[in-house]
Amino acid sequence: MVQENTALQFNESAVISVIGLTMAYGDFIIQHDLNFTVNRGDIFIIMGGSGCGKTTLLKHMIGLNRPQQGDVYFGDHSYWRSDEQQQAAIKRRFGVMFQGGALWSSLTLAENVGLPLHEYTDLTPDDIDAVVSFKLALMGLAGYEEFYPAQLSGGMKKRASLARAIALDPEILFFDEPGSGLDPFSAKRLDDLILELRDSLGMTIIVVSHEPASILAIGNNSVFLDDEKRTMIASGNPAVLIEQATEPKVRAFLNRGEYEHTG
Amino acid sequence: MTNQVRPENSPAIGFALPELTTLCIVLSGQWLLRSQLPPVALVAEQLDSHKELQSVSFDSSGITVWDTGLLVFLSRLQKLCTERNLTVDRSNLPEGVRTLLNLAAAVPDADRTSVDDRHAGILKHIGNFTLQSGTGFVQGLKFTGDAVLSFIRLIRGKAQFRTVDLFLIIEQTGPNALPVVSLVSFLVGLILAYMGAAQLERVGAEIYIADLVAIGMVREIAALMTGIIMAGRTGAAFAAEIGTMNVNEEIDAFKILGISVIDFLVMPRILALVLMIPLLTLYSGLVGILAGMTVAVLVFDFSMYEYYQQTIRALELKQFGVGLFKGTVYGIVVALSGCLRGLQCGRSALAVGQATTSAVVTSIIYIVVTASALTIVFYKLDI
Repeated sequence: MVQENTALQFNESAVISVIGLTMAYGDFIIQHDLNFTVNRGDIFIIMGGSGCGKTTLLKHMIGLNRPQQGDVYFGDHSYWRSDEQQQAAIKRRFGVMFQGGALWSSLTLAENVGLPLHEYTDLTPDDIDAVVSFKLALMGLAGYEEFYPAQLSGGMKKRASLARAIALDPEILFFDEPGSGLDPFSAKRLDDLILELRDSLGMTIIVVSHEPASILAIGNNSVFLDDEKRTMIASGNPAVLIEQATEPKVRAFLNRGEYEHTG
Repeated sequence: MTNQVRPENSPAIGFALPELTTLCIVLSGQWLLRSQLPPVALVAEQLDSHKELQSVSFDSSGITVWDTGLLVFLSRLQKLCTERNLTVDRSNLPEGVRTLLNLAAAVPDADRTSVDDRHAGILKHIGNFTLQSGTGFVQGLKFTGDAVLSFIRLIRGKAQFRTVDLFLIIEQTGPNALPVVSLVSFLVGLILAYMGAAQLERVGAEIYIADLVAIGMVREIAALMTGIIMAGRTGAAFAAEIGTMNVNEEIDAFKILGISVIDFLVMPRILALVLMIPLLTLYSGLVGILAGMTVAVLVFDFSMYEYYQQTIRALELKQFGVGLFKGTVYGIVVALSGCLRGLQCGRSALAVGQATTSAVVTSIIYIVVTASALTIVFYKLDI
């Protein structure tokens, strides 16, 4: 999936670096002084309790919200000090799956997945249809091309949204709460899809999640946002954090709220 | 079980003083919300009449069933006791009651200062409103500028919307609006004719009803009525559609893809309105004239031919020009307000409602303001 002749190349192992990021709504600081790095091939988890600013952090990383302080680097390129064209070029490198799917409700699934292809490739309509069918089939939605989002179940919407997110073969994929509102089977299936995408397409994946089971199953790197200190209190591999995080809160979170009683 | 609470089961309260310092409250019967629960004031009287009290305990063995009614009673009681520095011994209460009271008394989450201003004071509201009006105006200007740039991109063939969408919106804004435009225009034409007739009759110049209705409708009222109908019908729809897309993060999905929301969502809507509003305005004028003719023929005994000739004499091309120009401007105003309010919409169902209301209000205000401004300008320019 690496495109050879584009101006922006992320050959460095650090795909995304968040540096000194402070997020606020007006005077209300949500999180301050966030520093972390997402490496190539990571499945990076943004975790923390409800309302601590996980989704807000995601929105800062994908350029929807402007940080109050600090910056987000894609490779060597500062996102917030780039001009609009560079920002657009950076955005072209990633796909996003929003929490509710965010499929365009007035378009069919085929049109949803096909729209990015129409906009950014020179493919003929026939080729686009072929790509769309393939991506939908990849997500287990073969034959649903002419369905509208409202006709689908929650899990199908999420998978359709994922099909749209990978329409342009992005290098980086963002997921906002992929498992929320899904039954355990569908959530597990989505987790497996995430792992397969990373392994087969070499994507770097950032996941906002509060599901310990899912976090431990897929994540190999993470950051933990705390809603009381309003900053990050742990980072690293969740499987290590569950045993060794210095903050008991992080260990408890990953143990589904059970404090360990080790002597 | 009947809905009627049988007297022997109705909640009752009694008091005992096992020790001088302890008041035992004896509760019995059905402690349900729908039963007539005894007032807490009864307990307050008891508490105040025994000066030596230090604690309160309960005997709840007589309680047959209970629900939130008992819990509310007990938490009020707790408050009374706290005010009087009395300890409350809950040990004889049913276990479920104890658990629930403990849950309710647990310390709430760490400081959660609400960012919501709905319950703020009036001064804060005024301040916020003033600040918002300022930024709102700037946002409106920026949005208008973006729309102009998008229009230039469209002319240069770089626009990105789908023509299917355009035709769909055209159908919704144009043909589908014909019934309401017909009705309103016909009635307004009728009113104009009657009002004019009442005045013109005095000088015996009833035939000028034709002039009044024709010029009035074609030049001003057709455009104004169409504009206001479009504001209520189409502007509101635009705001609700785009607002809901915002709630569902569909707008974010466009932004992430780098697809201009202005090009993709706003431009087709402006175009559809700009294409349809002149036609609707013309149509509205025609219907208004027909209404005037109906009144003239049926009530004032003119012949249809007479009225027709008088109308033709009265109307000049420039009246149509003025009417169509105004209609088009109102169309742009309605489309811009609807789309802007939709894009500014917050992330809840409530916000969609506010966006819709605001779109209609903004459209109507700007329609009336531009209508007045244009009328004065045309008068000064002698058009």
